[in-house]
Amino acid sequence: MDESRIRQLGDELFDAWRARRTVAPLVEREPDIALEDAYRIQSRYIERRLAAGETIVGKKIGVTSKPVQDFLGVFQPDFGQLTSGMVHEEGEAIDLGTLIQPKAEAELAFVLKEDLKGPGVTAMDVIRATDYVVPCFEIVDSRITDWKIRIQDTVADNASCGVFVLGASRGDPRRLDITLAGMVLEKNGELHSTGVGAAVQGSPANAVAWLANTLGELGIPFKAGEVILSGSQSTLVPVADGDELVCTVGGLGSCRVKFSGRSAA
Amino acid sequence: MSMNITLSREDVVRLCERVEGAQLRARAIPKLTDEYPGMTIGDGYAVQTELRRRFVAQGHRHVGWKAGLTSQAKMRQMGVDVPSIGFLTDRMARAENAAISTSDLVHPRVECEVAFVMKKALAGPGCTRQDVLDATDYVLPAVEIIDSRFSGFKFDLASVVADNGSSARFVGGGRARLVDELDLRTLGAVLEKNGEIVGMGASAAVLGHPADAVAMLVNILAELGETLPAGSFVMSGGITEAVPVRPGDSVVARFQELGSVSMRFVD
Repeated sequence: MDESRIRQLGDELFDAWRARRTVAPLVEREPDIALEDAYRIQSRYIERRLAAGETIVGKKIGVTSKPVQDFLGVFQPDFGQLTSGMVHEEGEAIDLGTLIQPKAEAELAFVLKEDLKGPGVTAMDVIRATDYVVPCFEIVDSRITDWKIRIQDTVADNASCGVFVLGASRGDPRRLDITLAGMVLEKNGELHSTGVGAAVQGSPANAVAWLANTLGELGIPFKAGEVILSGSQSTLVPVADGDELVCTVGGLGSCRVKFSGRSAA
Repeated sequence: MSMNITLSREDVVRLCERVEGAQLRARAIPKLTDEYPGMTIGDGYAVQTELRRRFVAQGHRHVGWKAGLTSQAKMRQMGVDVPSIGFLTDRMARAENAAISTSDLVHPRVECEVAFVMKKALAGPGCTRQDVLDATDYVLPAVEIIDSRFSGFKFDLASVVADNGSSARFVGGGRARLVDELDLRTLGAVLEKNGEIVGMGASAAVLGHPADAVAMLVNILAELGETLPAGSFVMSGGITEAVPVRPGDSVVARFQELGSVSMRFVD
């Protein structure tokens, strides 16, 4: 796909994000769009957000569970960039008016203390390079109408990233079984669903290793201090005004998030 | 839950013999409510109690109880809306890492559970999570092999209760732990068959907390005029959906903080 079309689609997604409205699936309009094209569109969209004053704070890994991979017909995860405008503090209510068609996912986030440069990165390198892990919520959102996404659509749309919240409890992955740690998700005080770290590529560390190797191939830096959302351990939870979600990772702690207002779609 | 009994003693014995025959010959039978549509849950427990009486009279040792249909996943899978209980005997126990024969089972399925061993007796009604934790000697991971004797695993609550909650075999193992060293609500569990993950969850999937499932079990026992003796082995209910197994399958259940339990299935 030529550069001008890449820029055009990236700009279209940026404008849609800023105006809180959706666009028709890119795959419908560009049936031959390759995954590489989708990542180039994502880069353009992120360039526009950085030009508007944001900074890169980390990465998110998506499409990490077998059911979601089967649904999208892919055999590997995808990734997006986390920017400063996506960060929400635990305890503050997230204004749904800033989002279009949000859904929440409970995850384990990693914060690196060393750069990770693939290829050749293993899960053991990930544990070694990790400063700490925290329970977190990612609020995914799609700039594609009605979430009618193929893998190219979600990749171009920054892996459907919306905003995220990190919990306060920090854990050392050398002291915590991140593979078998249970994930308990409650909505408005009632049990919603449960999961476990292994739901993410067999272990969240495997997903982070995949990301390091993929970024290495693409020449994208993966720096100490960055936050990595390793992939959903829960089903997608629709959220509305007044909802409160709590996710608890066994042996680690909880992350709590509240919502107010109404989303655009 | 009403424990109202509508069946005559003769009908209870007749249905018990039908269930016992299906269990012994590993043959599927139609669910009991096809013939007795008015059968209540209390009738189901009357049949189950008769089955237990017969087994004990034949020399089986009654070692404990299992809570069944305790997770939203299981209730949805089986189309029921109340948990149930069943009894466990020494004849159902299999050792960790054992080769388990399926030739004497109808259509076995496996699920992973947190199991409790009691150091004090418990009696309902009004048994609470704290009562259960205080009376627990230790917890351990377990795999239950359930096997409904009803065709196509199709049943209602009265029939499944009469069939002893689909109890068939169980394997306890892994690492025994004291309850005050664990957060029993958030233990992760992964069920693998032939090296592939086939089930995942956390222990809260069982009625919000596995000890709540044991308290529920003790309170159902009270309705049946029974208590839970010290020394009992209690399985608190499946964390994952039940997964079918066949000869040649190898199963490992891995638990946060509790180690793993493995077994394989043979003809």
